[in-house]
Amino acid sequence: MVKPTRVTNSIRRLRFENGELTQAELAERIGVTRQTVIAIEQGRYSPSLELAFQIAHVLNVPLDDVFQYPDSEGEAP
Amino acid sequence: MSFEEKSAWIMGVLAAGTYAVYLAVVFGLAGTMPLTEVPYVAPLLWTVGLSIGLSIVLHIVIRALSAKDAGMKDQRDKEIYRFGEYIGQSFLVVGAVAALIMAMAELDYFWISNVIYLAFVLSAILGSVAKVIAYRKGFQPW
Repeated sequence: MVKPTRVTNSIRRLRFENGELTQAELAERIGVTRQTVIAIEQGRYSPSLELAFQIAHVLNVPLDDVFQYPDSEGEAP
Repeated sequence: MSFEEKSAWIMGVLAAGTYAVYLAVVFGLAGTMPLTEVPYVAPLLWTVGLSIGLSIVLHIVIRALSAKDAGMKDQRDKEIYRFGEYIGQSFLVVGAVAALIMAMAELDYFWISNVIYLAFVLSAILGSVAKVIAYRKGFQPW
């Protein structure tokens, strides 16, 4: 449950690069609550693959520009 | 705090609070008679009813005071809800097994009813705690 995810993301940076998109605006466009966007940004929740793709579409970048995963154990993403 | 997290807090606190009221009433009456002869049915039904009534009222209040997306249950909310209910169910199973054994041992109805009520309360509290922790500390379903 509280096992930390190794997935990191660049949502915060990409929001600002997309006309300073707010968390509330992103949440509305992908159909979730603002609290869920905050949880994803802070790495407290791993979204489903479909939701991850929706985020990437809204931010106009490929999926792996939004989410990163280290190649091996202990390696920085 | 999201609407669903507030809801988890309400359910947990109400379960604990109304059960505490029930225990206070039953143990208060037990001072004058043996515990198994205490008329527990009315206090039990009243506290369950009180819990349900307060839950409805408090949910209406937090929905009215929350942001426009209040009541919206997204993917994360649904997953955390299922996770919390799954955790809470364990106490219901333990309570049911305990009640079954007590019934087979022909124990007093007082004990059977109370073990089932306690199981429901613990299930609600544990489920709510699990949900709140998942909201606060993070939830990684994969």
